[in-house]
Amino acid sequence: MLDGVRKLGQHSIDGVWRLGVAMRLFALTLLHSGICLRRPQLVMREIFTAGVLSLIIIVVSGLFVGMVLGLQGYETLQKYGSESALGSLVALSLVRELGPVLAALLFASRAGSAITAEIGLMKATEQIAAMEMMAVDPIARVVAPRFWGALISMPLLAAMFSAMGIMGGYLVGVVLIGVDEGSFWSQMQAAVDFRQDILNGVIKSGVFGVAVTGIALFEGYDAPPTAEGVSRATTRTVVTSSLAILALDFVLTAFMFRGA
Amino acid sequence: MERTTLDLWVGLFVLAGLGALVFLALKVGNVGAFDTNKTYAVSANFENIGGLKVKAPVKSAGVVVGRVGEIRFNSADYEAQVVLNIGAAYKFPKDTSAAIMTSGLLGEQYIALEAGADNTMLAQGDSLKITQSAVVLENLIGQFIYGKTGEAGKSAAPAQ
Amino acid sequence: MRDNLVEIRGLHFAYGNRPILKGIDLTARRGQVIAIMGSSGCGKTTLLRLIGGSVRPTQGSVEVDGQSLTGLDQDGLYRLRRRMGMLFQFGALFTDMSVFDNVAFQLREHTNLPEPMIRDLVLMKLNAVGLRGAHGLMPAELSGGMARRVALARAIALDPMLIMYDEPFAGLDPISLGVTGNLIRRLTDTLGLTSIVVTHDVQESLKMVDYVYFISDGVVEARGTAAEIKSSGLPFVHQFVHGEEDGPVPFHYPAEPYGVDLGLNHA
Repeated sequence: MLDGVRKLGQHSIDGVWRLGVAMRLFALTLLHSGICLRRPQLVMREIFTAGVLSLIIIVVSGLFVGMVLGLQGYETLQKYGSESALGSLVALSLVRELGPVLAALLFASRAGSAITAEIGLMKATEQIAAMEMMAVDPIARVVAPRFWGALISMPLLAAMFSAMGIMGGYLVGVVLIGVDEGSFWSQMQAAVDFRQDILNGVIKSGVFGVAVTGIALFEGYDAPPTAEGVSRATTRTVVTSSLAILALDFVLTAFMFRGA
Repeated sequence: MERTTLDLWVGLFVLAGLGALVFLALKVGNVGAFDTNKTYAVSANFENIGGLKVKAPVKSAGVVVGRVGEIRFNSADYEAQVVLNIGAAYKFPKDTSAAIMTSGLLGEQYIALEAGADNTMLAQGDSLKITQSAVVLENLIGQFIYGKTGEAGKSAAPAQ
Repeated sequence: MRDNLVEIRGLHFAYGNRPILKGIDLTARRGQVIAIMGSSGCGKTTLLRLIGGSVRPTQGSVEVDGQSLTGLDQDGLYRLRRRMGMLFQFGALFTDMSVFDNVAFQLREHTNLPEPMIRDLVLMKLNAVGLRGAHGLMPAELSGGMARRVALARAIALDPMLIMYDEPFAGLDPISLGVTGNLIRRLTDTLGLTSIVVTHDVQESLKMVDYVYFISDGVVEARGTAAEIKSSGLPFVHQFVHGEEDGPVPFHYPAEPYGVDLGLNHA
């Protein structure tokens, strides 16, 4: 019993400590971000590895999610004779929730884990230490470009996910099932508001981008320099950032769509 | 990776992302159709607005001409005051009437404008005099039942 | 110009409560190759990290080129490090860059030289370690010995005044061993460097070093030129140089008497 309490205390202290270290790294990253403006080429590289290489999984998943929404939405709406609302159902669920959240979850497992593994291994093979010995600050040279590259990629990927999903819903709803095309688009346009829905979706994905890359960079930088340490850090990145995405989504939704 | 190919890919990626955003904004969200600075506001009082919401469309002859901007409760006469933002391109006579309608049986509610015959046109800040409240389904059903059963229903109900 | 490039006086260092170094005095004269020897885990690598300023001493002072490391902030430390090179145990090459980009790394980070000049400099440095032909390879395509030579070319890219080698001979075949040893000596002489080599490879390093420090249990156990060390009568040095199993450095980690641990004599 007493042992359990002691363990709990130990975990709490450990957690707070790690949070502090993470915040310190985050602050240092922001502080050393000047290099990203001076040498945009560094950020370009990271947009390529985080964004461009995640493109296929995002586009394909978006398309399928949209197609499933089209099918399921039609099945349900048709019972109430309002299948013309399919467009607004597909668009609202994608733009508000599924686009930002699913894109961020996919991004966490595709790009976030890669960032953690890469930085963890750079540490394990003394590349980070070598960089420091060469008078190059690894936070400016390695961490900051990855942060900004991933942060820029995230909202773009989420927008592509939503757009592909709507195309998927259109494909199933209009082309395959035969919902009226005019009412599909017009109902969608009547229901979706630019500021309220689309812009809030973009803000959401931006916040998720900060959370995922922040966690991925911290876990990589904090990983014990061993094979086991890096593999555990990679797993933790995916688990922690998935939880963070879902929890943040609830908080943001509560703030953004309250009463609307 | 060669630097120029990398730049090309990143450029394409950013273009595709921005393209998706523009697609969402224009095709899905219908942005800019009624910009606030290109509309004029008209108010209308209703006894009951039913399920009308802010941003609901304002239609005339089935065409969307504006959006509901604001809904207030007027405590002086216990009515709902609705502000309509109508596109500047659409002019309506002063004696235009407004009615709250429902698209389909369970669809969203909107405001339908029926143009009058006055020579002066509505301007910013005017209010519509003739309004028709929302049809509340419960009242409708109530009326239907009481209409059918007549006096018998009225005396039977409290006895239960 | 001062004669001693590196001066360490009364250096103490501890990881938490575990003391690693207990009062080290060490000097490295300009143009010399200094070897720091000792058994594994005696704090040799920590000593290099202290000279490089990655960790701070708990007590005592480290001076490089007349500058005390203890009082330096990060900017000052980074300015000093541009004039130091360090060769890590397994090279620590950047695995996402080619050999060429690895060697060019510091030139691109710290100078505004035009690309053609960087190219010439990189090829010169690679030529010095005999790997000019390998400039297009990735680190994964190199053998262990080649990777270490590339890392050496990278370390001398900015013509430093001091190079530190962390176990440069570990895990090399006899040919690469000789090549690396000669390279350290030759670079030191031709470029006018000072080299500090941390190693436990006695035979190879005694061929080319000027001065040797033996460290054991956190203190300097013995010091001297290569010849003095070879003929040294100190039991510790004798054991180390001749690779004897038992001696002042015991084969057994300190333990309870064998019989007690096995539960034989309860008495």
